[in-house]
Amino acid sequence: MRTARPLLLSVIIAVAPGCSGNQSALNPHGAPAIHVEHLIIGTVAACTAVWILVMVILGLALLRRRRAAADSAKSEARLTMTVVAAVVATGVIIAGLTIASFYTTRSIGGPESAALTITVRGQQWWWQIFYASSGATPGFQTANEIHIPLGEDVNIRLESADVIHSFWVPSLAGKQDLVPGRSNSLLLRAEKPGVYRGQCAEFCGLQHSHMAIVVIAEAPVDYERWAAAQRGDAMVPADPDAAAGQAAFLAKPCAACHTVRGTPANGTTGPDLTHIGARQTIGAGLLETTRGSLAAWIADPQTLKPGNNMPMVPLTSVELQNISAYMESLK
Amino acid sequence: MTREDDSELRDTALEATELDRRLTATWATPPGLWGALSTVDHKIIGRRYITTAVVFLALGGLLSLLMRLQLAQPEARFIGPDRYNQIFSIHGTNMMFLFAVPVMQAMAVYLVPLMVGTRSIAFPRLNAFSYWMYLAGGLLLWIAFMLDAGPDVGWFAYVPLSGPEYAAGKRADIWAQMITFTEVSALAVAVEIVVTVFKQRAPGMSLDRIPLFVWSMLVTSFLVILAMPAIMIASTALILDRLVETHFFNPAEGGDVLLWQHLFWFFGHPEVYIIFLPAVGMVSTIVATFTRRPVFGYLGMVMALISTGVLALGLWVHHMFVAGLPRLGESFFTASSMAIAIPAGLQIFCWLATIWAGRPIFKTPFLFVIGFMVIFVIGGLTGVMVASVPFDTQVHDTYFVVAHFHYVLVGGAVFPLLGAIYYWFPKFTGRMMSETLGRWVFGLIFAGFNLTFFPMHILGLRGMPRRIYTYQPEMPWSGLNMLISLSAIILAVGFLLFFIDAIRSGRSGAPAPSNPWGASTLEWATSSPPPPYNFARTPVVGSLEPLSDNPDMLPVAAGLRVDCRELLVTSVVEAIPEAREPSSGDSIWPLWAALATTATLIWSIFTPWAVVWGSIPVAIALIGWFWPKGTSEDDS
Amino acid sequence: MLIEGTGFALSIVVYLYLMSLAPSWPLNAAPPDLLAGTSLTALLVASLVPNLFLARWARNQNLLKVRVGLIVMSLLGIAPLILRAFEFPAMHIKWDQNAYGSIVWVMLGLHTTHILTDLIETLVLTCLMFSRHGDNGRRFGDVSDNAMYWNFVVVTWLPMYACLYWVPRL
Ligand code: HEA
Ligand code: HEA
Ligand code: HEC
Ligand code: CUA
Ligand SMILES: [Cu+2]
Repeated sequence: MRTARPLLLSVIIAVAPGCSGNQSALNPHGAPAIHVEHLIIGTVAACTAVWILVMVILGLALLRRRRAAADSAKSEARLTMTVVAAVVATGVIIAGLTIASFYTTRSIGGPESAALTITVRGQQWWWQIFYASSGATPGFQTANEIHIPLGEDVNIRLESADVIHSFWVPSLAGKQDLVPGRSNSLLLRAEKPGVYRGQCAEFCGLQHSHMAIVVIAEAPVDYERWAAAQRGDAMVPADPDAAAGQAAFLAKPCAACHTVRGTPANGTTGPDLTHIGARQTIGAGLLETTRGSLAAWIADPQTLKPGNNMPMVPLTSVELQNISAYMESLK
Repeated sequence: MTREDDSELRDTALEATELDRRLTATWATPPGLWGALSTVDHKIIGRRYITTAVVFLALGGLLSLLMRLQLAQPEARFIGPDRYNQIFSIHGTNMMFLFAVPVMQAMAVYLVPLMVGTRSIAFPRLNAFSYWMYLAGGLLLWIAFMLDAGPDVGWFAYVPLSGPEYAAGKRADIWAQMITFTEVSALAVAVEIVVTVFKQRAPGMSLDRIPLFVWSMLVTSFLVILAMPAIMIASTALILDRLVETHFFNPAEGGDVLLWQHLFWFFGHPEVYIIFLPAVGMVSTIVATFTRRPVFGYLGMVMALISTGVLALGLWVHHMFVAGLPRLGESFFTASSMAIAIPAGLQIFCWLATIWAGRPIFKTPFLFVIGFMVIFVIGGLTGVMVASVPFDTQVHDTYFVVAHFHYVLVGGAVFPLLGAIYYWFPKFTGRMMSETLGRWVFGLIFAGFNLTFFPMHILGLRGMPRRIYTYQPEMPWSGLNMLISLSAIILAVGFLLFFIDAIRSGRSGAPAPSNPWGASTLEWATSSPPPPYNFARTPVVGSLEPLSDNPDMLPVAAGLRVDCRELLVTSVVEAIPEAREPSSGDSIWPLWAALATTATLIWSIFTPWAVVWGSIPVAIALIGWFWPKGTSEDDS
Repeated sequence: MLIEGTGFALSIVVYLYLMSLAPSWPLNAAPPDLLAGTSLTALLVASLVPNLFLARWARNQNLLKVRVGLIVMSLLGIAPLILRAFEFPAMHIKWDQNAYGSIVWVMLGLHTTHILTDLIETLVLTCLMFSRHGDNGRRFGDVSDNAMYWNFVVVTWLPMYACLYWVPRL
């Protein structure tokens, strides 16, 4: 049996890196992150001032010219006064910082009011995502990529399937842990359309480094269009390669772990692949989704992301090409 | 006290040389391997302890260089994820449990008895035992790492990642058991220090005349005693979960994942002050000596130490701000965490006032204190930043926090420690370290440190999480990471120079007089290095600065026996002499007890029955330890 | 003792913490039977009387009485262990069934090890007091320390008893 090795090598070289986008607390585009950024700037400014002041006094104390014999009792008393004043000032400053901190927490508010709730379940090392059904519209499942409507409060419910992870998209909001046996929640509210990258922030084992998530904030119409497409079953492959790929996919162990809605594949160990071709990245932010990167991933996931929970499934290069074509077609 | 026959010879009866000869015969450690293994001399054990801890610093530092090598470029392939996870876990565990806490306690083991003017530490055999346990714990961790079985769950080993389901193999057990070793030894030392300080101070050293370093060690020891049981319970529960299928941390069966975090941080937060407070004591000592005046605001300094200690027990939740606890409770922990800036600030201000009013001499120890001020204040202020819940949601578990804790750990503890080593090296070895090299060491470490760790703040704010073995090239982090890694080389060169200086000076440094810095505390009242019995005659203290009151002739108290190990017990508050108390002689049993305990603990990683069978040799060793040998120390 | 006291207190805190999270308490188990635990408690409290006498005799350096006292206390150290053996089954749960079982067994185990260490110490001291090392100020000091320790073992048991046996009935 010919394996896919040679192809893999050429693909790896050709693969373009995954998406980057914004991932910075100093580049906020979500309401909570904007509030926190103000707090960060204010606090850092206050603390910098304190540090400079302390350093100036230290410098003076070290280098000042000493008078021969000062009135020691009087100067001791002056020093005592100064120290007491400094301690009082410290108290005032930290009281101010504490109040600023409470105020920021208050203004961020909780996700209680949100209309849309998205459940994110962390898994070693990818994100399983559920959009709940509402009324007649059914919910759906996806992975590693969230779409949210611009300017609306979105409640992210955080759960874990195994160990602790942490959901963090710094440009939109601060982080919150996903704790097994508990359920947390986090408010997102994007103020500017864009693709926001985030990354698991709690150490969760071998591939903690490659557990990224993409949040796409888009105009409500675009969001609705996307959601409608996601609700649908997988496309039936038109192209013959992709059709052969589907057959191979169903025949191989793939279907035991992955779901492709509309086909018999209904495994739950790995990400739902119903619309994998429409996602920007694969492997939790590892690679940009292209036919080449899909092939590289499927051929040898353990080299690209050592230790992850998808095994290498032996495939001939034809099978590999077909399956990749099929995956890419799942828009 | 009139009887003076040979069986009860007192120091009153003898003149100086004869006294020295007799006391040496009584207190000296016999030469040879057996003597070395059975000694209970706090100075020998203290030196061993310090050396071992500093070796662990070097080893941990080498690990950090490996991490920096891997992180210098995006998607580097020097170190794979599995190794990397072991490396940062062992770097953190090693630095906290095998370097920082033990080195501070080790300094105290050496210095506290001298500073309070007594002949030996309380429970000297326990002291020997604690060193062996510590060494065994360190070897366990490092040998496991060599065998590719090093813990890989981070220095706080969060469950369930470290639990039975997700951490196969023995790595997490080794972590948990290493904790047991270091906790046992830390608790033992804490008890010794408390008793030494409370009951063995030189006559006249009332509470308000205790040197600040001794105060800081006293508060630290209480923190150890109050905080460490939490981690003992936690690590025991973890081992039970892993070994005999209990469910403490298993949410499916009524356990709770956050329970671990509460228990760990209830210990883990005080831990950082266990590291920091002794350093504060060192700073006070050095500041006083090199500004040639007592530290300003003694009472305030002592209150600051105590209130830091008390507050430290009420802050642990600030490590769990994003775990999803109720907001109201978290706000309380914001306030209490920030409040600790007040005692910290008070201390800084008092040192500044001391320098202001004093006449500074810029010797190497003092340079490290200046470096400490510059760096620690930054670290403390970033601590105040992360104490704010919303702020912390952005920087928790990022390189910002990595920067914070290296600023406080290296700036707040390692700098004072290096200063302290330069300061007390003459006392430890009888030789001076090099002043020229010392300036180079300071300069390189100061510059290297800031270049290495300051950029980490920015990386954290720009989205770089900690504990990642690599990052993708499109993330905007590679430039700063390269800068950090290159700067770490400067830092490493500084440390290397320090080691070279220490080793070289230890062999061939200029001989030190008994009080080379003109300091005023009691350890300088005896020769450098001190004789086995510390002080020929017990000093009597009349002020906070006994040596500057009376530089040539320290009043002494007499009446202790010279033919067996005996020391003076004084009252807790006023240090009024109460009794003469025997002090145990050398014994090999602490070593046997440590070996038996080690075997039991390591074996119990594999089967719970080890505890049952292992307790037999442990019990035998303990009985051998305490069984009276009919010597005069046992019987009086 | 401060160290162990903190340890005991923490184990109680863990117990209450787990209880606060559980939907029902005890988790999937009947509350423990009272007989064994209560008689053990009574026995421990009763043992304080000879223990206090022993401490007084040790202070007075009365060798003969100390010897007798130590033998009595050795027996009073063994008896609770026998009762303790019945306490574990009285809990109606094993350590590996759920978190309730785990904490209950650990608390009992923790306290048992303290009874055991004190018992061993008492036995060793008994032997010592019958040997030539016995009649000595330091040994008497050891005996009163040991008696002190037993007081501690008994006193710490009381909150644990309340917690293990009565809290589940609230
Ligand atoms: C020596 C060790 C040490 C010291 C002294 C400190 C000191 C402080 N630390 Fe730090 N900390 C650590 C070691 C230390 N820390 C470690 C190891 C971790 C990480 C563990 C891990 O996750 O791996 C950590 C993490 C940590 C966190 C959790 C962050 C997170 O995980 O997200 C927090 C949050 O509140 C915090 C706060 C503080 C505060 C408020 C202080 C205060 O004590 C600081 C007080 C000092 C000053 C403020 C400066 C001096 C004062 C003045 C000059 C007066 C003027 C000041 C003002 C007006 C504000 N620390
Ligand atoms: C006191 C504690 C302490 C000290 C001193 C240090 C010192 C250093 N640390 Fe460490 N660090 C921690 C405590 C400490 N650290 C902790 C608790 C963690 C968290 C771990 C976790 O997440 O679980 C951490 C994590 C940590 C990280 C984050 C890893 C990650 O999250 O992925 C990094 C990355 O750069 C780092 C770097 C460094 C560096 C460059 C030094 C440098 O200062 C080291 C300088 C020293 C040397 C370079 C040694 C020089 C020695 C020689 C040259 C050899 C000479 C030899 C002989 C003579 C025998 N540390
Ligand atoms: C044993 C289970 C298992 C099998 C078999 C398996 N996978 Fe996966 N797969 C996973 C897991 C788990 C992941 C998530 C890995 C990660 O990102 O950490 C995954 C990820 C993927 C992804 C990327 C999805 C995304 O959204 O990032 C694709 C595409 C994929 N698998 C295709 C396949 C194909 C094609 C096969 C068969 C040749 C296959 N898988 C076989 C478990 C499996
Ligand atoms: Cu998931 Cu880190
Ligand atoms: Cu803390």
